[in-house]
Amino acid sequence: MKKITKYVLTDILRNKIIIGYTIFLLLISLSLFNLEDSASKGLLSLLNIVLIIIPLVCVIFSTIYIYNSAEFIELLVSQPLKRKQLWLSLFTGLAGSLAFSFLIGIGIPVLLYAATATGYIMIAMGLLLTVIFVAIAMFAAVIARDKAKGIGLSIFLWLYFSLLFDGLILFVLFQFQDYPLEKFMVVASALNPIDLSRIMVLLKMDTSALMGYTGAVFRDFFGTNTGFIIAIAILLGWIVVVFWWSLRKFIRKDL
Amino acid sequence: MKKLIYIFAGLMMTGFTSFARIIKVGKQQQVRSISQAISLASAGDTIWVENGTYREKNMVINKPVVLLGINYPVLDGEHQYEIISVKANNVTIKGFRIENTGVSSLEDIAAIKIYSCSNVTVSGNIFKDTFFGIYSQSSVNCLFENNKLTASAKTEQASGNGIHCWKSDSLRIIGNTITGHRDGIYFEFVTNSVIWRNDSHNNMRYGLHFMFSNNDAYISNIFRNNGAGVSVMFTHGVKMFNNYFEENWGDASYGIFLKEISDSYIIGNKFLRNTSGIFMEGASRVRVEKNEFKDNGWAMKIQASSTDNVITRNNFLGNTFDVGTNGTLVMNSFDHNYWDKYEGYDLNRDNTGDIPYRPVSLYSMIVEKNPSAMMLYRSFMTSLLDKSEKILPTLTPENLKDNYPLMKPLAL
Repeated sequence: MKKITKYVLTDILRNKIIIGYTIFLLLISLSLFNLEDSASKGLLSLLNIVLIIIPLVCVIFSTIYIYNSAEFIELLVSQPLKRKQLWLSLFTGLAGSLAFSFLIGIGIPVLLYAATATGYIMIAMGLLLTVIFVAIAMFAAVIARDKAKGIGLSIFLWLYFSLLFDGLILFVLFQFQDYPLEKFMVVASALNPIDLSRIMVLLKMDTSALMGYTGAVFRDFFGTNTGFIIAIAILLGWIVVVFWWSLRKFIRKDL
Repeated sequence: MKKLIYIFAGLMMTGFTSFARIIKVGKQQQVRSISQAISLASAGDTIWVENGTYREKNMVINKPVVLLGINYPVLDGEHQYEIISVKANNVTIKGFRIENTGVSSLEDIAAIKIYSCSNVTVSGNIFKDTFFGIYSQSSVNCLFENNKLTASAKTEQASGNGIHCWKSDSLRIIGNTITGHRDGIYFEFVTNSVIWRNDSHNNMRYGLHFMFSNNDAYISNIFRNNGAGVSVMFTHGVKMFNNYFEENWGDASYGIFLKEISDSYIIGNKFLRNTSGIFMEGASRVRVEKNEFKDNGWAMKIQASSTDNVITRNNFLGNTFDVGTNGTLVMNSFDHNYWDKYEGYDLNRDNTGDIPYRPVSLYSMIVEKNPSAMMLYRSFMTSLLDKSEKILPTLTPENLKDNYPLMKPLAL
């Protein structure tokens, strides 16, 4: 397994797109920190990148990579190797390399310019989002045999998590606005990793806006140490569940 | 020449006979208690109180005397009494440390209570754990300056106001520091008065509580971290100049809360890190000019019941929402402000943007209607909604806009 992981890792890290992605992130975060007049404002602009661009790149790149290595996977499956090991090493390789370029592209500038609690949380959330969206991409790739269909599905999933889900939440909020929805909102935020990581960063950052009653409920729940651990556990749960599901599909798949 | 000498000598004589006496009070002095000194004194005398602790229950000052503390003698109310009751004009109380008044839910027990007097000066005293600190009732032309009032309020019921003024006129409240009371400074039916250079912070309820008090001014005060900020209600002709409103947090907390205010001026103030900088309800003809709103949740919340207010030449910097409102009818003017969120252009380079700025975002309207939507703050969805609303306003009030937004912040 180690050998395959190592092979996948080196293969991806040499990939021009990944190198470009790393440099792109590095340039964006450096220029944001230099353009904005305060580090916290730079962090705020960077938050949008972390929440939108990173999941998108991770999901598309990983899906395409899985499809492109279909022959390599077929070859390895014919060897005396467990499918579980093969899939796990592909996942580790993809997630590891994308997380590595995130750390260089965004982690280092954040540590240089805004090494605060908010900065650390943002790095942690970015890393978790990277891994979650690699898992989601592998799930999309294993479901659809057709490459176009698979990429379409993964883009749709990205769209769902970053846009449609919030729209649905807004719809529910207005349909049921006569009812107390604060607790429901806490549960709903756990159903979308992007929302959850946004709230975690905002609770550290923009407290003045989240002050209202819902904000207080969120702060009471996620703002404490236990809440923080719960949030991290939920995000890790996203990784485990989605990956485990794709693994099950892959083991049973007729290649 | 001789005549002049006679006159001079005559003046000297009368001068000597009418010289005010000084009565010394202290452990080594003949007079041991302040109450005794007051009964010995005649009008215009000075009672000189030396260092020590005086437990004299309630002291009533019924003559125009000066009460002067040397090295802060302690007047202790033993958690039972009102310490000084002033019932004469022209009284001065200076340099005491006044502690432990009684606490009552029936009476307003104060450290110094002034009953319908004029020209009373309370200056340079330290108040510690008092129920009400200085209490002025139907008084005229009094001066409260450089006092330091500290209490440790736990509940609103069991604490009083720092400086409490009721039905008074022409007061000057200058340079006091008030902390830990229910309301820092309380004004009800007080007219023609000035509140200047005070620091009111960490009070339970309001830093300044202000009702039915017409034609007053408060200038260069600091109101920081009070339970609900500052509240100004049912008043006309208030001037609020150069104050700092800082860090008033909480759901029902405001930099200033204005209710039923008219013909007033809010000029040159700084609103920093409040949940809402200014909250206006039923305010009319208020001029808001040259203020700085920075890092607030809402810089201003203006209810639709407010009319004919002019908001001009202010800086809006780093606020989550610039303006929030609850209706579509807007009869206030918002021209010539600087908004850091303005994205327009200035082709003729006259430092005025060529397209109007709309300070109310769709998302802030949504949050106003449905506070739970705060969960979606800074999400892709809401910024998309705001962008489309900016291009084609449908839900946000059509008239709430700055027609001449400035391109650069004003130097304030």
